[in-house]
Amino acid sequence: MTIAVLAVQGAFIEHEKMLQELGADTFEIRQKSDLDRHFDGLVLPGGESTVMGKLLRELDLYEPLKEKIKQGLPVFGTCAGLILLAKELSNDEKRHFGTMDISVKRNAYGRQLGSFYAEETIEGIGIVPMTFIRAPYIEKVGDNVSVLATVDGNIVAARQGNQLGISFHPELGSDLKIHQYFLDMVKGA
Amino acid sequence: MANKSRYDLNKELAQMLKGGVIMDVTTPEQARIAEEAGACAVMALERIPADIRAAGGVSRMSDPKMIKGIQEAVSIPVMAKCRIGHFVEAQILEAIEIDYIDESEVLSPADDKYHIDKTKFKVPFVCGAKDLGEALRRINEGASMIRTKGEPGTGDVVQAVTHMRKMNSEIRRIVSMREDELFDVAKELQVPYELVQYVHENEKLPVVNFAAGGVATPADAALMMQLGAEGVFVGSGIFKSGDPKKRAQAIVKAVTNYTDAKMIAELSEDLGEAMVGINPHEIEILMAERGK
Repeated sequence: MTIAVLAVQGAFIEHEKMLQELGADTFEIRQKSDLDRHFDGLVLPGGESTVMGKLLRELDLYEPLKEKIKQGLPVFGTCAGLILLAKELSNDEKRHFGTMDISVKRNAYGRQLGSFYAEETIEGIGIVPMTFIRAPYIEKVGDNVSVLATVDGNIVAARQGNQLGISFHPELGSDLKIHQYFLDMVKGA
Repeated sequence: MANKSRYDLNKELAQMLKGGVIMDVTTPEQARIAEEAGACAVMALERIPADIRAAGGVSRMSDPKMIKGIQEAVSIPVMAKCRIGHFVEAQILEAIEIDYIDESEVLSPADDKYHIDKTKFKVPFVCGAKDLGEALRRINEGASMIRTKGEPGTGDVVQAVTHMRKMNSEIRRIVSMREDELFDVAKELQVPYELVQYVHENEKLPVVNFAAGGVATPADAALMMQLGAEGVFVGSGIFKSGDPKKRAQAIVKAVTNYTDAKMIAELSEDLGEAMVGINPHEIEILMAERGK
């Protein structure tokens, strides 16, 4: 199984290491020619969504990746990656892929002093460590979206078909459960 | 609720900045240009290093009002500089909820012996270093991100290259050592044994390491990435150049595709005038010599 990791900016190496540990092959997408390779799933990592959104467009990655996601390519977005997937951003006029029927608030916990750590249950996965870094959360979900986890009443994990969106950083630390869940999604796709 | 240290969260914010470009800005307008050009964070300061050099005199933390204006203008992380050892300037920056403090040799040092005890703060610190010893000493004091010092405000990348090469060759030396030799290295570098052991086992610093000081072109930025930087600070290089927006965008793309010479060639076309460089041998103040 081959997973492509968007590597235009951010914490993409952390995702690659975890996926490799679980036996998946990975490669990085940095420019259009990288899309010529076959991949079974896509990871949109943490980082700055403004930077990734801009580079996706300028490096001609935006349309082809959006098309693949719409056609059912399994995709896993964390933090900035979740923002890329959201159909609506409640405090930003920008939209990126907009393939997931959710409304997301950017920097929902404020600046770095608002960053925090929690341990909560994700439906179908169990208790996982959750590291929130200047994180967003999901304010609203559409009918086709299942909420997988909440922290203090805010939605932090959701799934719509083959799209998995998480507002924290499962790529930090050593717990592989969420990555395993995504690989199982890819297998089932 | 479970515990994870504030220091871990601060190191992890630096991880999210990797592969990105952090740009010096002096006004909300410049901050917006930087954000739109793809900066992953901005450094708010009253004067960019080249102007600090030209003006001379004592250089201090920026007016908090000016920093707040920049915080309101952008959605990306905002960093600001305090003087080496000036822990009250750092307290002020923490009070206005800055995302990262740069305890910086670009400003006039406030203490010629002691750096700030950064473990006393909740907000993260980035510090400059020109070799592994400086880097590990700053980390021991609580820095959660390191950058090369380079020679700020010169537009000359030579010092950043020297510092990055030196740090990495010292890391390789420690990796190649026997474990019983690490005690002596700890003594030599004046750092705790545990930090040396970390470098020995992991072949890297325990925190993210960016390049800074003299980066002026897309090629400079890509050079630093190929030499092992995890991201790049660009200070005077952008807003001292002929076409800041275009140059900023080009540097951002060059950092993402830093091994693609063909793309960097295209990015380097028609950028207008680069900042006028000064050679470190021609300047009187070597900022990199501040704070060891």
